[in-house]
Amino acid sequence: MAEDFWLNPWLLVMALATSMVAALGIFMLPEERHGLRTTLNLGAAALKLVLVIVMVWGVFQGLEYQLSFTMLPGIEFELKADSLSMMFAGLSSVLWLLTTAYAVGYLENSPNRSRFFGFFSLCVASTTGIALAGNLFTFFLFYEMLTLSTYPLVVHRGTAKALKAGRSYIIYTLSGGAVFLLGMAWLYAETGTLDFAPGGVVEGEPTPVLAAIFVLLVAGLGVKAALFPLHGWLPQAMVAPAPVSALLHAVAVVKAGAFGIVRVISDVFGMGFANEAGLLLPLAGLAAFTILFGSVRALFQQDLKRRLAYSTISQVSYIILGICLAGPLGMVGGLVHLLHQGIMKITLFFCAGNYAETLGVHRIDELDGAGPRMPATSVAFTIGAFGMIGTPPLAGFITKWTLGLGSLEAELPWVVAVLLASSILNAAYFLPIVHRLWFRARSDAWPEEVRWGRLETLSWLLWPPVLTAVAVVLIGVFAAVPFSPLSWAELVVNREYRP
Amino acid sequence: MMAWLMAGLLFTPLAWAVMSLMAGFRAGWRLAWLGMAVQGLVSVLLWLAIADQGGFYYALGDWPAPLGIELRVDGLAVTFILLTATVATACGLHAGVYLDPDKPWQRYFWPLFWFLWAGLNAVWLGADLFNLYVGLELISLSAVGLVALGGAGDALRASLRYLLAALVGSLFYLLGVALIYGQFGTLSLGGVAQLAEDHTALAGAGIALALMLAGLALKTALFPLHGWLPPAHGIAPSPVSALLSALVLKASFYIAARLWLALGETQGSYGVAQLAGALGAAAVLWGSWMACLQPRLKQVVAYSTVAQVGYLFLLFPLTWQVSDQISQQAQEGMTLQVISHALAKAAMFLAAGNLVLSTGSSKVEDLAGVGRFLPFSLFSFGLAGVSLMSLPPSGGFAAKWLLLQATIGSGQWWWALVLIAGGLLSAAYVFRIYRASFQEASGQDDFHHPPRRLEAIPMALALLSLGLGLAGEPVLAIMGLPFEEDG
Repeated sequence: MAEDFWLNPWLLVMALATSMVAALGIFMLPEERHGLRTTLNLGAAALKLVLVIVMVWGVFQGLEYQLSFTMLPGIEFELKADSLSMMFAGLSSVLWLLTTAYAVGYLENSPNRSRFFGFFSLCVASTTGIALAGNLFTFFLFYEMLTLSTYPLVVHRGTAKALKAGRSYIIYTLSGGAVFLLGMAWLYAETGTLDFAPGGVVEGEPTPVLAAIFVLLVAGLGVKAALFPLHGWLPQAMVAPAPVSALLHAVAVVKAGAFGIVRVISDVFGMGFANEAGLLLPLAGLAAFTILFGSVRALFQQDLKRRLAYSTISQVSYIILGICLAGPLGMVGGLVHLLHQGIMKITLFFCAGNYAETLGVHRIDELDGAGPRMPATSVAFTIGAFGMIGTPPLAGFITKWTLGLGSLEAELPWVVAVLLASSILNAAYFLPIVHRLWFRARSDAWPEEVRWGRLETLSWLLWPPVLTAVAVVLIGVFAAVPFSPLSWAELVVNREYRP
Repeated sequence: MMAWLMAGLLFTPLAWAVMSLMAGFRAGWRLAWLGMAVQGLVSVLLWLAIADQGGFYYALGDWPAPLGIELRVDGLAVTFILLTATVATACGLHAGVYLDPDKPWQRYFWPLFWFLWAGLNAVWLGADLFNLYVGLELISLSAVGLVALGGAGDALRASLRYLLAALVGSLFYLLGVALIYGQFGTLSLGGVAQLAEDHTALAGAGIALALMLAGLALKTALFPLHGWLPPAHGIAPSPVSALLSALVLKASFYIAARLWLALGETQGSYGVAQLAGALGAAAVLWGSWMACLQPRLKQVVAYSTVAQVGYLFLLFPLTWQVSDQISQQAQEGMTLQVISHALAKAAMFLAAGNLVLSTGSSKVEDLAGVGRFLPFSLFSFGLAGVSLMSLPPSGGFAAKWLLLQATIGSGQWWWALVLIAGGLLSAAYVFRIYRASFQEASGQDDFHHPPRRLEAIPMALALLSLGLGLAGEPVLAIMGLPFEEDG
């Protein structure tokens, strides 16, 4: 591929356009054209995946895809594919394909599917935009678009509870967006630029103004990243359908917040600057607190999806903690968790959805004996749970190991203690579920059992968690292979530190 | 050539007004097609001519001011002329289908519509204070007539209130004009500004400016003088509400802004500037809050106008004794806010009209289930809402961004908080509508589907306002077209 191949910038546009065009097409389709809609959905998802793979290959070879035009004096709309953006784009496009397939099965026979899948696609378009954003402004544009396009998904069921959750979601996220905007406008007034650059664009001595801007930006992003005390919307949003939860927790929303924090620290302020200004240590402390807080709260949840939600609050902060360690190893640990957490958490949510759809089980104490009834789903769940706990050789272990090394490198031994405590808590809230699945006998009937032919559940619902569970094992075992999440995270960090 | 175009902009609508006065509603509707095409063409030609040669002055019939009619066209005027052509055409096309041709009073719709358009163009092009007054009166009277068209008791009450407010506003303005004339002996805005600069200590000019601004603020429905607006805009037929909110308010604001930019530096004071800003801020907060409480859909949209107009008055503090660059930013922000609000609000009123038409009820709570059956108009409403919430990439965002830069640059950070809070409050009322329409617990699933065109027009306007942010630079380039003093 030539350095200046004319098609290169258009790859970015096409990667965005696949889901955008799919969204428009789906909105236009009449409600009853299910076959065509599914084809359009999966076709767009597959095409996007191909485009992203091409770009990943290009970026690996050292190409940089870039496209920009001026919107306002001084304000550029810029798309750019660097190694960090490919990380997030790759995650979202792989998981989008699986989630779409899952959602097709999940929403079989339910109303308003055109609306649902239309916004679903818009949501993924926004996520791609966030990943490919080449400056803070473009990032903000897609960040707000993500807020707007997820709202109809959260309130999809239209019940009073869903509307209440949607209200809380929108209040939290739009306020976060407003705070972020204030920080961004101030940053532009101070520095005159909104660009992302390896090593940061902020120069000179640390000042209180810059610290205030940092706090505003991180607080705005922290809402979506569910950083304590801004996490309140996430457990409530659990009323949404399972594919939406998967999207919120693994693919899009929470990740967008965490990814934004990574961008702000490494490409706007610069790791070195932020560290010298003393901005990272307090954030690391907050992230560590969120890790423990989320885990403790998860212990007390009896609803399966709510327990997973608190677990997300805890797990996402690993990413932030890793970045805040301000060293190469810590950053690798944080970045790799961006992918690992996504794949593990989506497995767990798929499984939770399967239990709810097939057996009518929502609460943890109703899960007794679900293992023998739904073996494949339960094996996937078990793998996901062990991954979260950090059992070798699964994906979660790689994260925790790298983070542990990173904290020693940064001479912050208390972080190791936090990691250990969190792993014990993870075990404390996941193992009882696993125990119920496999080692408790079922005495009474399932709350609402549905039979789906030969397999334990509908095959649209079965394959996505099985595939992601296999991935959890593979990316752990083959962590050292090129293009594994770990190797890619190392590539990102190498380029960040030696631009 | 240019003179003909400018005259065309004024006389075409007047001619059409007279012609459609003689025709009925249906014939007027057919005539209107041609008229809108002519107006659109003339507006675009004028823009091309200005882009080519720069702006200039023109005295109609070679009578100098104050006797004759002096016209002045520059980039800003062209921007607003194009905006007027777009929004008025959209509202006209919508009205032709929306209004019931069998009601006898509808025959007055087209004449009033054309008089309104003529008045708007007269204001954009006016160069002296008295002619601006004439344009303003033409606008007010035809707007009051349009509101009264409904004929029912409520509509008459609302339009009488509107008439009263408009007349009092005009009175104040005229008083100010008289004082200015007595003081300076000229009514040309440029001439007055020149004289005011040369003789800084002129007593009385400050009072005249304050009187004119007060009158214009009443006509622009600045808080706390906004009481007349929600009933009038809420009760008028949707295309009329759209015209009123999108364009009519902007005309009086445009005059106020030009007065301020010409005379504010010499005759204004820090107090006046901050007071105007504070009232604007109060309007943003109060209007949005009231919009959250209104039981009727169109009242929500009307109160949103009260709030959005408030942003415009931040121009006063942000251009008073600041550097040229910040003043420039603030003016550009205002222009974008005027344009994006005009497009978004017209889209919103038209979409709201469609929703009312199809649910058969004007109440917000009766929207339950609309999300399922009428997604298209709801979607237009939402897209317009994105611009009102000033989220990117809308024109509203571009405007807010420039204003934020101006507030931070001039150290008046308190206005930045107003801008941010206003965006959140507008999200509150937009999402209130969404919340209502996503409800599934509705007994009603029989919705009347409005004709395609009624649904397409608000969508087009909403997309324009959404896309305005992406095209911010070229639009600002029209506004920044140079003015040739001797052109």
